[in-house]
Amino acid sequence: MLENFSFRTIVEYLPLFGQGLVTTVWLSALSFIGALVVGIVLCAMNLQRGWLFRAPAKAYIDAVRATPLLAQLYFLYFGLPRLGFVLPELVVGIIALSLNSGAYIAEIIRAGILSIPRGQVEASVASGMTYVQRMRLVVLPQAFKVTIPPLLGQAIVLVKDSALLSLISVAELTRAGQLLASDRFMPAEGFLTIAAFYLLLYYCLKGLAALSSRWLGTAGART
Amino acid sequence: MIWHQFLSLAGSYPLALRGLGMTVVLSLISLVLGTLLGFGLGILRTGGNRLISGVIGAWVDLIRGTPFLVQIFLIFFILPEFGIELDAFTAGIIALTNLAACFICEIVAAGIRSVPTGQVEAALASGLSRWQRMRQVVLPQAMRIVLPPLVGQYVLLIKDSSVVSAIGLTDLTRVGWLVVQRVPNGLLVFFLVGVGYFIVCYPLIMLARRLERRMGAAHGEVQL
Repeated sequence: MLENFSFRTIVEYLPLFGQGLVTTVWLSALSFIGALVVGIVLCAMNLQRGWLFRAPAKAYIDAVRATPLLAQLYFLYFGLPRLGFVLPELVVGIIALSLNSGAYIAEIIRAGILSIPRGQVEASVASGMTYVQRMRLVVLPQAFKVTIPPLLGQAIVLVKDSALLSLISVAELTRAGQLLASDRFMPAEGFLTIAAFYLLLYYCLKGLAALSSRWLGTAGART
Repeated sequence: MIWHQFLSLAGSYPLALRGLGMTVVLSLISLVLGTLLGFGLGILRTGGNRLISGVIGAWVDLIRGTPFLVQIFLIFFILPEFGIELDAFTAGIIALTNLAACFICEIVAAGIRSVPTGQVEAALASGLSRWQRMRQVVLPQAMRIVLPPLVGQYVLLIKDSSVVSAIGLTDLTRVGWLVVQRVPNGLLVFFLVGVGYFIVCYPLIMLARRLERRMGAAHGEVQL
């Protein structure tokens, strides 16, 4: 049993955990922004008529979805130096998370845009709107509503996935737990504490998702 | 130089096959166990008992709210403190099964909830027992909703099995990690690792998409 469970050690390591938590939050936030950019570009490519843009976007999305993030992370971590890019682990991690999450976000945005009834688009064509007007005034405002809750769900996934960066020794939250576990041989203290921190982040994002779906009136959207 | 690396890589194919085998075995065992457990939990979750449903819900939330890597570390390093000695393989199976069961529980519960209450009431009125109701009326209809995300969940499970390499199991990802120490060409090595996963996962992704499309079509019929 855990009769030697030491709260004192946890308190002693709190600054380290705090730093880890902060790193996890900002690297996740940066990666999420990167993922949004990647996702929007992929989605725009995917919605084109011609295959020239569509085929590479589809191939990329399938390749990312059919392989584990950890393998992608190692691919970049061991592969980028080979191409002459020697980057800090943290940057490699943010790139990997952005590229990975971007593929999922592209599909979320696409589903949002495709969820707009065809009749609406036809009606706006009939009213003589240009493509940009159609997108800006009719399609995107509605797609935005449908897209926000699953995007927040993807943000939750991204925060959890960021734990893998500890395996390329980025000093984030999980790494802080590992350090306590290995320095003091106290795995219970280390890993239970970071689990609690991740749960905190999870419930924050989950609450945000619930609030947003109430604001946007998309009740029942689950993340 | 490249040719030399190719030869060296070709030489490590038994290791690669073993890694792929480990990935498949890990995924398959936890996929079967997780499905059984997930269906059981999903049925209990919608069973009407507030306490049981609440406990399952809380557990599912704990598992969905923490990274899988942290769960693996917890199981592998903390269960021994409770007197349960584990090898990496068992710890991996436990972690993956638990993860799969939690996600499948929610999928199954959503499927069961999607069956109109009138159906259950009709079954009740026809004097079917609880078990008969579930087996003959609710589950067959729920399956239509459950199947596409279930297959999608299998893909996630196979991918998540890569994280088990962190506790030293020689799965496909770990093999890549080992090989890249000897043949320092990360692009090539992890490209091949990716191909390995792709071969296993892509057919399942295609299957999930097909099921989803069919379900969409079926829904269309009902609405008409």
